[in-house]
Amino acid sequence: MTEAMERAVVPPVSDADPFAHDVLMDPEPLHEALREAGSVVYLSRYDVHALARYEQVHAALVDWQHFESGSGVGLANFRHEKPWRPPSLLLEADPPRHDAPRRVLREILAPPALRRLRTAWTAVAEELVEQVLAGGAEFDAFAALAEAFPLRAFPDAVGLGPDGRENLLPYGNMAFNAFGPRNDLVAADAHRVAELSVWVNAQCTREALSEDGFGAQIWAAADRGDLTHEQAPLVLRSLLTAGVDTTVHGLAACLYAFATHPEEWQRLRERPELARAAFDEAVRWQSPVQTFFRTATTEVTIDGTVIPADTKILMFLGAANRDPERWSDPDRFDLTRDPSGHVGFGMGLHQCIGQHVARLEAEALLTVLARRVERIELTGTPHRHPNNTLRSWASLPVRVQPV
Amino acid sequence: MVGTSAVADAGSGVGPGRSAPRNAATLTVSAKEDVAEGVVSLTLIHPSGARLPDWTPGSHIDLALPEGTTRQYSLCGDRWDAYTYRIAVLREPAGGGGSAYVHDRLRPGDRVGVGGPRNHFPLVPSEKYLFIVGGIGITPLLPMVRQAELLGADWQLLYGGRTRSSMAFREELTAAYGERVHIVPQDEFGLLDLAAWLGTPRPDTKAYCCGPAPLLAAAEAACASWPPYALRVERFTAGEQAAPVRDTAFEVELRRTGRFVTVTPDLSVLEAVRRAGADVLSSCEQGTCGTCLTPVLEGQPDHRDSVLADHERAANDCMFLCVSRSCGERLVLDL
Repeated sequence: MTEAMERAVVPPVSDADPFAHDVLMDPEPLHEALREAGSVVYLSRYDVHALARYEQVHAALVDWQHFESGSGVGLANFRHEKPWRPPSLLLEADPPRHDAPRRVLREILAPPALRRLRTAWTAVAEELVEQVLAGGAEFDAFAALAEAFPLRAFPDAVGLGPDGRENLLPYGNMAFNAFGPRNDLVAADAHRVAELSVWVNAQCTREALSEDGFGAQIWAAADRGDLTHEQAPLVLRSLLTAGVDTTVHGLAACLYAFATHPEEWQRLRERPELARAAFDEAVRWQSPVQTFFRTATTEVTIDGTVIPADTKILMFLGAANRDPERWSDPDRFDLTRDPSGHVGFGMGLHQCIGQHVARLEAEALLTVLARRVERIELTGTPHRHPNNTLRSWASLPVRVQPV
Repeated sequence: MVGTSAVADAGSGVGPGRSAPRNAATLTVSAKEDVAEGVVSLTLIHPSGARLPDWTPGSHIDLALPEGTTRQYSLCGDRWDAYTYRIAVLREPAGGGGSAYVHDRLRPGDRVGVGGPRNHFPLVPSEKYLFIVGGIGITPLLPMVRQAELLGADWQLLYGGRTRSSMAFREELTAAYGERVHIVPQDEFGLLDLAAWLGTPRPDTKAYCCGPAPLLAAAEAACASWPPYALRVERFTAGEQAAPVRDTAFEVELRRTGRFVTVTPDLSVLEAVRRAGADVLSSCEQGTCGTCLTPVLEGQPDHRDSVLADHERAANDCMFLCVSRSCGERLVLDL
């Protein structure tokens, strides 16, 4: 018997369903139970190992050599199951194939390249906030701000045409549901898969795009040979899949946080330069992307637990972001906290490539709101929208006191 | 100076003789071995055994030597090993001392400063590749040919050098890849016959070339009729020198808040400004994710990140606080 086998630990077993509606609507109790159960927990219902502690989630995220993405970052194992669409060249790929698409998109979305958008997006935020405030002091902040702002800013930056933009959010909702099991949420989307896919794929062609957006830059990279012309539309599809819903629910997390923490809103109003950090603190606190899977490339041992090769590992980003071993008073939304190092955007090779875009959108909207709005408070119960991966919202009824 | 390997040694200055800075990007030499006549390879590890930043074939690192020089060397190891970097250094008799220091004085256990990795020479997708190498220019191509093999591409390596014994890694290349590898020592066969290899443009092929300047010029001339972007070279610009590594403390002014902080060699700028009370968001703290970009108002940053392009570095108007430092005694940040 080898030393490793002697020390092998049998992980605690849980029959919980992380994708059940009640858990999706209120995931923190399960997260806490999983963190406390052990560094690795076996989820019998789905035959996967789960990580809920920050240390193990962080380690698995950066270790692409042992935890691959190419077999899918959802429950389905692409080695054995056919993906619902051609896999992403970024999210669902590993080195070496991952390199070229990642490099191209990273350069297009790098912070220095985004500087030119700051002025434009501040103007978009000012216009939107003006419009919303003109309509009255009470409104649904989810629809009026969290959804409306990215839908005005981002598709223009990509270079999409004016028609059909209402398909972006349903497509994203469907794609993020597809990372989970084939449950009722996936079934509810089934009737729109074909139609939405056709629309999204049509937006990824060169002809559908303006000449000065991210999309045109992706095609220009293909013309230089940095990508193939077959890869270009798929890289664009990644931008459209991952770039809208995530930001919408990240902004909603911010607005919810401030509506329920008036002292933090005052802090932001006094120091609007905190807007960027506030967004990251909201991303830590709510984790708009709750979970991703990896697949073990070989037999790997995590803290004594042996995980067989070719099996799925479920990483709870939301649980890691509230691990009391890593964060003090983790359940508190706190602008005096340094949220650096949270895994809400992932970490390592696959870390959210659009994070700087999202931060810039959040900074633009929050800075304008902080200037125009003295108080923001809930007027009713906010509603969640269940999604297998995203911590999503349906409504956020608020009343604001304009300056 | 941008480029790879000791080929670019000539033209770089020798800094003051000091010990390497002990910042976050300090690695330990864990092994040193002769790999060809006049060529040693170094294996570098993190002093605490931590993972090193990820890299892609074609990447180089800045190596800051204890004697004060900084040189750029291509990574020629295995990216599936996240814990070591490998470089190979040619002794350059005409060089500025960096390569002589590595050959004569650097020993296992010594610490060196490391910036990057950065990649100006990435492998782009193609059905076929032609890799053309002169001498120590083999270093960036070593991981590239492995990558081409993994991708299932059709590739050939044309490897020239002065003499057979001076050509690093020739045996392992031949053993692993057989007839794809063409070893062409000059004293046996003369110069590489680029006209024969590159004379006819092939639209399905990307050509990569690394080596001494005359080889790059010859490759560019031979590829004149190829489509744009079909030939990729690792460009040596010997006129441009890497900034001398600063291993003493410097001052950072946080102008917006009117605070001053001294950054000692054992601290990153990020840690130092946080101690002074600045709120700076960061994430990877390895110079790769791009989160802690901060505007620079005055002073010249010593860029150590993997993100900024050359023109962005030269603008001196922003830096990544987690790994980058200061060339001069003072930096002013918009914090």
